[in-house]
Amino acid sequence: MEFFTISMLNGISYGLLLFMLSSGLTLIFSMMGVLNFAHASFYMLGAYIAYSIAQIVGFWPGLIVAPIVVAVLGALFERYCLRRVHKFGHVPELLITFGLSYVVLELVQLIWGRTALEFPPPEVLRGPAFTLVNSSADGMHFVFGAAPAAMCRAADAAVRIVCSPFPATRGFMMLVALLMLLALFLMLTRTRIGLVIQSALTHPEMVESLGHNVPRVFMLVFGAGAALAGLAGVIGGSTFVTEPAMAATVGSVIFVVVVVGGMGSLAGAFLASILIGVMQTFAVALDISVGSVLANFGVTATAGTLTSLTISQVAPILPYLLLVLILIFRPKGLLGTREG
Amino acid sequence: MTVEISGTSRRGFNLAMGTLLAAPAVVLAQSKAAAKPLAGQVVKLMYIDALSGLMAPVGTNQLKNFQFFAEKFNATNPAGVKFEILSIDNKLSPTESLNALKSAIDQGVRYVMQGNGSSVALALIDAINKHNERNPGKEVVYLNFSAVDPDLTNSKCSFWHFRFDADTTMKMEAMTTFMKDKPDIKKVYLLNQNYSHGMQVAKYAKEGLKRKRPDVQIVGEDLHPLAQVRDFSPYIAKIKASGADTVITGNWGSDLALLVKAAVEGGYDGKFYTYYTGVSGTPTALGENGAGKVYQIAYSHYNLPNPVAAWAREFKDKFGDDFYTLSVLRIYEMLGQAMYNAKSTDPVKVAFALEGLKMNSSFGGEVEMRKSDHQLQQTLYMSVWQKADAKYAYSPEKTNMTLAPVAEFPPYVSSTPTSCQMTRPSL
Repeated sequence: MEFFTISMLNGISYGLLLFMLSSGLTLIFSMMGVLNFAHASFYMLGAYIAYSIAQIVGFWPGLIVAPIVVAVLGALFERYCLRRVHKFGHVPELLITFGLSYVVLELVQLIWGRTALEFPPPEVLRGPAFTLVNSSADGMHFVFGAAPAAMCRAADAAVRIVCSPFPATRGFMMLVALLMLLALFLMLTRTRIGLVIQSALTHPEMVESLGHNVPRVFMLVFGAGAALAGLAGVIGGSTFVTEPAMAATVGSVIFVVVVVGGMGSLAGAFLASILIGVMQTFAVALDISVGSVLANFGVTATAGTLTSLTISQVAPILPYLLLVLILIFRPKGLLGTREG
Repeated sequence: MTVEISGTSRRGFNLAMGTLLAAPAVVLAQSKAAAKPLAGQVVKLMYIDALSGLMAPVGTNQLKNFQFFAEKFNATNPAGVKFEILSIDNKLSPTESLNALKSAIDQGVRYVMQGNGSSVALALIDAINKHNERNPGKEVVYLNFSAVDPDLTNSKCSFWHFRFDADTTMKMEAMTTFMKDKPDIKKVYLLNQNYSHGMQVAKYAKEGLKRKRPDVQIVGEDLHPLAQVRDFSPYIAKIKASGADTVITGNWGSDLALLVKAAVEGGYDGKFYTYYTGVSGTPTALGENGAGKVYQIAYSHYNLPNPVAAWAREFKDKFGDDFYTLSVLRIYEMLGQAMYNAKSTDPVKVAFALEGLKMNSSFGGEVEMRKSDHQLQQTLYMSVWQKADAKYAYSPEKTNMTLAPVAEFPPYVSSTPTSCQMTRPSL
C-alpha cells in the first residue's frame, strides 16, 4: 500500500512538472500555430539562470527572477525573430525555433560548461515533506516532516513497520504547479487580458479591428509561455539534475504531452501530463513480459529475445508508443478540438 | 608567478647560459642516454572518452589524472620517453568513438586510452583489430583503464587490448567472497544499467551468490537505460516493496549518484554493494548518509599509503577534484617499463613487452599483465563508506566521509579463468 501511495505521488509530481512545461507550449501553439521546438531550451535556461542567481543571493530570489529573465528573453525572441519570419508561413517559424534550440544549447555549454552543476534545493526543502508510516499492526498514517526514528522501529518483532518519506522538493513541485494552474485558469477566464487572448486564439483579425494590439498579445503569450518553462526549469533543475542534456530529455516528452492531450488544449495537456507521469512511474514497477504472460499459458519463450523484455525495461519508450497510438487512433488528441 | 623576459634579453640570457653549461650538459645527456634508452622520444596517448553529457564529470576527472601523471612519469619512467596526452570527446557513443579513433590515427597516434562504457570498448576493440590487420606498420594499441566487461578479455579478446582495471568476474568473485561472511544479507536486489556491463554484473552476481551463499534470495532484478534516468525514486519504491536488505549495483557516474540520492530521500536503509562509490558525484549524493551501509569493491581505495596518498593530495590541491582512477598509474608504470624492455616505442614491440610483464606497482604490491588474455592480475579491496577519522583521513568531495578498507583480496583470490584464444602478429 505504501508502495502504491508513494509511487502515485512520485508519478503525479513528475506529471505536474511536465504540465508546467507543456502548458506554455500548448498556449503558444494554440495562439500562434507555432510548434515551439525551443520550449525545452527555456526550461534549461530557467534552471541555469536560477543556478547563477542562487550562487549570489540564494534559491528563493532565483525562483522569482529566473522566470522573469526567461520571459524577457522569450518575448525578445518573439519580437525580433519570430515575428519577422511569421509572414513566410509556419515552416520558417518552426525552423527558427529549431535553430534557437541548438543556439541555446551551445551557449549554455559555453557559459556554464558541459558537466552537470551542483544546484541543491534550499535548506527547508531538503528533508521529507511528510512520512508515511505503515505498520502491520495499526495501519497507515501520515507524519509531517521526518518521522522520529523510534516510530519507524518496531518494538515488537512481529510487527513490520515501513517508513516512506516523501521529499519536500517534490511536494513543492506539486504545490507550485497547482498554484500555476489556478493562476493560469483565473487569468484566462476572469481577466480582460485573458478574454483578449482567448478571442485572439480564434479570431485574430476581429480582435485587431476592435483596436487591440494582437502582435503584442502574441509577444506577451510567448514570453509568459517561456516564463512557465523557466519556472519549471528552476524546480526541475534543483530537484533532479542541471546539465546541458536536460532540455533534450524533457523536450521530446512534452511534445508527446501536447499531442496526446490535444494540440492547444490546456485541459488536455494537464490530463496527458498526469497520465504520462503516472504511467512512467508505475511501468518501472511491472516485471511482466510477453514471455511471462505466454508462460502462464504453457508456452515457453527462449530467454534473451524480445519476449523476455519486461515492462520496466521498456518504460522509457512507453510515452512515445502512446504518441504513435494516439496519432493513429485519435489524431486530435484526448481533449483536442480540431483534427490534425 | 611567471616573469616576463623580453625576446632579446632572453636570447642573450640563453646564449650566456649555453656557453656556461655546455660542457656539463653534454656529460649529463650522455649518462642519461645510457640509463634511459629512449630519452626524449615523445609518445602520444589519445584519450577517447565522455567529456560532455551526464558522464562528463567522470571523463574530465580522468583526463586530468592522465595529464597530471604524465608530468610525474615523464620525469621518472625508465625508458625516458615523454608522454603527451591528447583528447577527443566521444559523448559516450560507440559511433562517435570510432570517428575519434579515426581522427587519432590520422594524427599519428599509436596508443589510445578509453575506459567509460564497455559498449564503447567493444566497438573500439573491433575497429582496432581491423585497422591493425589492414595497416601493418601503423598498429594501434588500446589501453583500457576502466571498461570491465569480461568479454573484452574472453570471447572478444585481442592482442592489441590491455585491461588495467579488474573485470566484472574478478570484482564479483571478491565481492561474493566478502558477502559469504555476512549473515545479515538475506534478500538481494540487482539494479543495473541496461547494457553489456550492467547485464554482466547481474549475471555474475547471481552466479557468485549461488555458489557461495545459496541461502540468499534474489528478490528483484532491474535494468535501466544508461545515463538517461534522472529520477530513481520509482526504482527505490520498488526495491523497498521487494523487502531487499541489500542492493548490488554496477552503476557508475550519475546513475549511481542519483540512485543513492533517491535512496536517501526515499528513506531506503538497506545496504549497497557497489563498484563505483568513490567516483565523481556519488560521494556528494551520499553525504553523511549511508555510513557503514555502502560498500565498494575495487582495485584501489581512497586511503592507500604513499606515494599514492601524497599524489592524491597534490592532485586535489591542484584541481579541487579527487583521484580515483588509479589504473592511470599502472598504465604509465607498465608502459614505461615495457618501452624500456622493448627499447622501442613501436606499438607491436611494446605490446609484446607488455604481455606477461610483472612488476611492483606504486600500490597494491605486485601486478602482472596476464599473457593469455591481457587482464591485469592485481589486489582488490573492499571498502566501506564511513566518517573520515585520523586513520582513514582522505575525504572525497568535502564530505567529511571516506571509503575505509575492510578487506583486501590478493590477486589469486579474484583471478578468474579466461577462454581467450589470442592470435598474435608475427614480430
